[in-house]
Amino acid sequence: MEHYLSLLIKSIFIENMALAFFLGMCTFLAVSKKVDTAVGLGIAVVAVQTITVPINNLIYQYFLKAGALSWLGIPDTDLTFIGLICYIGVIAAIVQILEMVLDRYVPSLYNALGIFLPLITVNCAILGGSLFMVERDYNFAESVVFGFGSGTGWALAIVALAGIREKMKYSDVPVGLRGLGITFMIAGLMAMAFMAFSGIQL
Amino acid sequence: MSTAKDVFLDPIFNKNPIGLQILGICSALAVTSKLETVIVMSLAVTFVVASSNFSVSLMRRQIPSSIRIIAQITVIATLVIIVDQFLKAYAFSVSKQLSVFVGLIITNCIVLGRAEAFAMKNPPVLSFIDGLGNGVGYSLVLVIVAFFRELLGAGKLLGITILPTTNDGGWYLANGLMLLPPSAFFIIGLLIWALRCWKTDQIEEEN
Repeated sequence: MEHYLSLLIKSIFIENMALAFFLGMCTFLAVSKKVDTAVGLGIAVVAVQTITVPINNLIYQYFLKAGALSWLGIPDTDLTFIGLICYIGVIAAIVQILEMVLDRYVPSLYNALGIFLPLITVNCAILGGSLFMVERDYNFAESVVFGFGSGTGWALAIVALAGIREKMKYSDVPVGLRGLGITFMIAGLMAMAFMAFSGIQL
Repeated sequence: MSTAKDVFLDPIFNKNPIGLQILGICSALAVTSKLETVIVMSLAVTFVVASSNFSVSLMRRQIPSSIRIIAQITVIATLVIIVDQFLKAYAFSVSKQLSVFVGLIITNCIVLGRAEAFAMKNPPVLSFIDGLGNGVGYSLVLVIVAFFRELLGAGKLLGITILPTTNDGGWYLANGLMLLPPSAFFIIGLLIWALRCWKTDQIEEEN
């Protein structure tokens, strides 16, 4: 149990997807003008990440890994090279399914998320999560925890950034730095703050 | 109709993918602590953008618009797998350092963004040139960031010592912050500021 708790803390704070690995930066910087939209996008990312990382984990363990096809009676295959195309396919499919399910059963949430759902397909935090899972060879339970934790960490970071940017309108920013430039600076300061978490162990 | 020269030069300064279009930032930040990895990454991205633009443009009349995103992603993923396998075979140590970021070229918004915005509407050769231009514009920013990070952080360029650090008995006190992730944010922020002082029409209005 302790191991999973430690992994959760690690994936939320210490190895924060947005601020330590810079994944999902494009949406992170582009969709963080308002707290409301940031919260919506954050929830969507947590949901997609928690589903896709474990599913990709199963695909990797039972189809792609070297020797993984032995349950089919073909023991020496190594399909890791088609991994990338499988993971992105799974992500695109899950996003599409999630969109249809939400539209059918929870229309209010569907309307709130709006255009952010399809955008998640090209959010590198999602693909990055699956690739890290493969690289670190997580088992199924670990991949569920890691998926949830890394999604939550990303959501936390984007909501925090949106909060800061909403307050920015009271400040006098140099002309050339307005907009994107100052957002980079804020994100840099936030990344430094998050570095204070490094070394925490449970 | 824009000429080939404009198509090539525009994305380098006027419409830089990182500086103005907010595309492809993730990898720009993550791989820039060393110049060597950046050069490999830049070549890989330029190759993928240019070839995906070319292939998508060739197929643009055959792809039905309802499934165009998945068709484009498939083309891009195939190209990225080629690059990934190539790097693993010929530059293994660099490919280890880049770790997941080669795979993440698939979701690098520059590639999909250009396929969607340019290659779907223009002939193959022009799309290829647009891809090259965007690749070079992206590489330029990456190389500048990596130059400062490696020089100020480790006193080296491409592994060759330029400023001898105090640890090795030299005079330069290395700035450790430059090797840490946040410095990339600051350098890109300053770079955008410099670019916008030069090209004043890129300044964003306050809203």
